[in-house]
Amino acid sequence: MLCQICGKNPATVHFTEIHDNKMSEIHVCERCAEEKGLHASSKKQQFEIADLLVKMVDDMTTTEEERVGSVACPRCGLLYSGFKETGRLGCAECYTAFQFQLRPLLRRIHGDTRHRGKRPAGEGEGASRFRQIQRLHDELQRAVEREEFERAAVLRDEIRRLEEETRASTEGAP
Amino acid sequence: MSAALPPPVSFDELVARPARWLSGEGPHADLVLSSRIRLARNLRSVPFTHRARDEQLQGVLMSVSGAAQRASSFTGSLMLRMADLGTLDRQVLVERHLVSHELGDGARPRGIVVAPEERLSLMINEEDHLRLQALVPGFQLAEAWSVADSADDELDQSLDFAFSEEIGYLTACPTNAGTGLRASVLVHLPALVLLDEIQRVLKSIMQVGLNVRGLYGEHSEVMGNLFQISNQTTLGRSERDSIEILERVTRQIIETEEKARERMMRDARVQIEDKVWRAYGTLRHCRTIHSREVINLCSAVRLGVALGLPGLCPLRVLNELLVLTQPAHLQRAHGDELTPAERNVHRAQLVRERLAAAEREGGPGTS
Repeated sequence: MLCQICGKNPATVHFTEIHDNKMSEIHVCERCAEEKGLHASSKKQQFEIADLLVKMVDDMTTTEEERVGSVACPRCGLLYSGFKETGRLGCAECYTAFQFQLRPLLRRIHGDTRHRGKRPAGEGEGASRFRQIQRLHDELQRAVEREEFERAAVLRDEIRRLEEETRASTEGAP
Repeated sequence: MSAALPPPVSFDELVARPARWLSGEGPHADLVLSSRIRLARNLRSVPFTHRARDEQLQGVLMSVSGAAQRASSFTGSLMLRMADLGTLDRQVLVERHLVSHELGDGARPRGIVVAPEERLSLMINEEDHLRLQALVPGFQLAEAWSVADSADDELDQSLDFAFSEEIGYLTACPTNAGTGLRASVLVHLPALVLLDEIQRVLKSIMQVGLNVRGLYGEHSEVMGNLFQISNQTTLGRSERDSIEILERVTRQIIETEEKARERMMRDARVQIEDKVWRAYGTLRHCRTIHSREVINLCSAVRLGVALGLPGLCPLRVLNELLVLTQPAHLQRAHGDELTPAERNVHRAQLVRERLAAAEREGGPGTS
């Protein structure tokens, strides 16, 4: 097979790229691969996510866009239009400053807008029980991986007990 | 502060020792090379890396590496500042999957903490202030999660992470907000590729909301029939649920690949064995070879080992070659820069030597 770029040398470099959920195969010679920078990191595509975000927010009309674009984060000063350009927020506060714009965006990316996972130790009541249950679940999963089924049964009972307790305490709350 | 930490290994020692995830051990190691968990975290009081001033990033570097020093998860870790490393050494870290391309070429105050055997590592001031990574051999996502989760808990004790009740952990890119979790497995699917069923499988993986990438993460091409499968969304699902979905799908992929291998061996045993042994022969006797060809030929040999063909090398040797034959590793081993043509010669020599050593050590039937 000859190189798909120069068509002269034999193709010794073969690779497959996934792009837009499609796989394509490329066969080139070594020299062309080096020249075109066809190696493990093609950096030019790094801003693909930013592009996607830009496309998502581009559905708005021009006046709306101008108004929204000039919203600034009071803490780091990032304008919403700046976020649109890079796809990166400036600081933690940006999430509050741009919350009305971000919510639909988060929904489109994740299909949800509400966090349902781990939390820092100091955050909120019930956090420690939540973490304890989570930890037991992880242990259970590992026990199953290692086929330690007796231990798994003990862990499962312990998780049930704690979950019961949690339910009782939340239902009992005023 | 607790008892004195063992002296950290040097960068040279780090490079000389193979990472644990290459050991070829763990459940389904013939099909799943590694399982990885990555968590993204930021400090509440500092703008995200790309908007922060160098002095602020310097502060992040200090406080995060200080927190890591106090955490038992990082006992015996090596701490490196990117600024102290030359281009080649930074590239070595990229090839070892310890550092992203972004961190690998940065001139800003950035660093990395690497725990023994590279099971756990922490990139500082990458796209997010912290990128914690647990990397283990074989198919054991729960194990990787447990390593990352404990380290995260320990860091959380001395750092104030940016977190909101509604959105969860706040990240520079909204695609990571929530759990900040990227769980992934590196799977080897030669039979599905050979039988031309891979498109269908990849399509169904993507339909359930998972992502498929090549060996070196985002936007890298697929080589050696190696696919990295990971979760895509980080909001609305707990870490455990995301990991369970990935586990379930991976189990299905393993089953599909195994069935394809059985079918292949039933219908074309001689052709497959021929392909495996020709690949082994090329690797064992080549005099100049490109890294991509090494990866692709290793794929055929890996298939042979998985099928139980006697006389090939252990999986560990194939896994290590995957990293050691990359350009920066070769040049570092040589002690100087090499042209691509010279690299190909050095690479061929390294591959021949490694396989010869494995033959001497193990003889037939080691897998």
